[in-house]
Amino acid sequence: MKQGAAIGTAEIHTAGVYPSKRELIFKRLRRDKWLYILLTPGLLYFLLFKYVPMWGILLAFKDFQPFLGFMKSEWVGLEHFRTFFQNPDFFMLLRNTLVLSLLNLVFFFPAPIILALLLNEIRLSFYKRTIQTLIYVPHFISMVIVASISYVFLTTQGGAVNEFLYTVTGSKIDFLADPDWFRPLIILQTIWKECGWGTIIFLAALAGVDVEQYEAAVMDGASRWRQIWHITLPAIRSTIVILLILRMGTILDNGFEQIYLMMNALNREVAEVFDTYVYALGITQGAFSYSTAVGLFKSVIGVVLVLGTNWLAKKFGESGLY
Amino acid sequence: MVKKQYRSTGEVAFDIFNYIILGIIGIVAILPFLFVVAGSFATEAEITKRAVFLIPTTISFDAYKFIFSTDTIVRSIGVSLYVTVIGTIVNLFFTVTMAYPMAKRYLMGRNTILNLVIFTMLFGGGMIPTYLVIRDLQLLDTLNALILPGAISAFNLIIVKNFFQELPVEMEEAARIDGCSELGLLWKIVLPLSKPVLATFTLFYAVGHWNNFFSALLYINDPSKWPLQVMLRQIVMLSQAAAGDLSSMDPNFVQPPEQSIKMAVIVVGTLPIMCVYPFLQKHFAKGVMLGSVKG
Repeated sequence: MKQGAAIGTAEIHTAGVYPSKRELIFKRLRRDKWLYILLTPGLLYFLLFKYVPMWGILLAFKDFQPFLGFMKSEWVGLEHFRTFFQNPDFFMLLRNTLVLSLLNLVFFFPAPIILALLLNEIRLSFYKRTIQTLIYVPHFISMVIVASISYVFLTTQGGAVNEFLYTVTGSKIDFLADPDWFRPLIILQTIWKECGWGTIIFLAALAGVDVEQYEAAVMDGASRWRQIWHITLPAIRSTIVILLILRMGTILDNGFEQIYLMMNALNREVAEVFDTYVYALGITQGAFSYSTAVGLFKSVIGVVLVLGTNWLAKKFGESGLY
Repeated sequence: MVKKQYRSTGEVAFDIFNYIILGIIGIVAILPFLFVVAGSFATEAEITKRAVFLIPTTISFDAYKFIFSTDTIVRSIGVSLYVTVIGTIVNLFFTVTMAYPMAKRYLMGRNTILNLVIFTMLFGGGMIPTYLVIRDLQLLDTLNALILPGAISAFNLIIVKNFFQELPVEMEEAARIDGCSELGLLWKIVLPLSKPVLATFTLFYAVGHWNNFFSALLYINDPSKWPLQVMLRQIVMLSQAAAGDLSSMDPNFVQPPEQSIKMAVIVVGTLPIMCVYPFLQKHFAKGVMLGSVKG
């Protein structure tokens, strides 16, 4: 790799005299012109679809009037943020978002780790591979399918689960409309869809553990549990920490699709989160400035959380993300 | 792992328990889908008789005949297929053309570009500003709105870049001495060497397009341009669209039960994934691991 760099600069100095800086830049541009041409579509993509929208964030500080356009709309400073924080919806959104994230952290986050540990103890490689093939499947199925399957099974109008409940208990439960069932359903769906997939990274980390450590532990008379506790878990600690950091950054992202699909008028009180709120107000009701402010509030907290967790992880002696 | 001299009863018990529990987990992962497939072949009589079953006593294709009796489903499958095929080609073109120059350490401005890309992974304009850009580009209600805004995944781009960077430089140098151009180098040397990675990302991108619901929800209002995922929601969850048209059917045709129609639509929405899954499976673990390589 270093050779490549050396050759790159050597070619430029062939003239023997050192050219001026501008000449050097020009020469390099000309020499690598094909590389820059190749780079153009990608750069245009990032500018147009990633950086232009960032410029659009200014909307959050303006009172956007469609007929005036973006530039001429009046500046209102932090007014939209003030309105948002004073709105009782703010606390509902914050609560729903945090509760869902917390439940995910407590119930979903450890699930792939436990599953990977169990899989790791399987010695029949045929059996292990079969199970892996099966548990990866749900990851590739769309959220719409997952929600649809939940609907056809849980509906009170002929849904299999309710028909079964009816024959056993004589009553039905409206899982889809009952606010008490919303959170468990979301968590169960997430576990079913992503838990198996989540094991991949931990299994890879486990595959890197030195076998001699287990042999030594057996010599010392360590039981299976002790081996897991003292060798296996410490070996995957840094992977766990990195994934935890990544998760912290998305703590305010609860997966728009899933919540949007499972939300209805009856469970809105526990279902509505920042993303669905931004969609409802911005796209369907056209309150562009206000919903941009809500979205920006969410993004900023998200970035602070990633950087904060990363910093904390480094304090505790882990390598962190960057 | 380790060969043991002897195994205590506790360990044997743990192993038995472990094999059984994982077997159950494996079955649970695909069970809901098996129920749906079974239900899609069911008749009214069967559904009223038994709520849940895996093997229907009478197999009826009426639900499928019904949902394909109009072009509602067929058209949305067409939209999804178009977006998946064209979208994946666009993804690969944009990702490869950008990753290749970025893999050259001597390229001027490379670090700046890399930082600009990484920044978009941390922070973005958000839903509304992005929507307004799409609107101003006149992309609303066009299938391009399902393709262009996601042309590159920053994460995939960096992985492909890292992969290109690790390829042996000697081959490129040899080809260059033989008079190979930069584009020839990419086409004849780098891409053939990167087949496994490209296969992984082709599949990931394609599955992403087929499963995409969010973009269509945001950018497509015209029902004739809805991809299958949106149509699925209309039929299964909202019961707002008719999956088929009874008047176009044989007069003796009895409308299949609503549940089996819905299940048949679900099966149709999942079938392509099930068809590519065996191919996917060969590659994806590798793909995920590539993703965890730092740098």
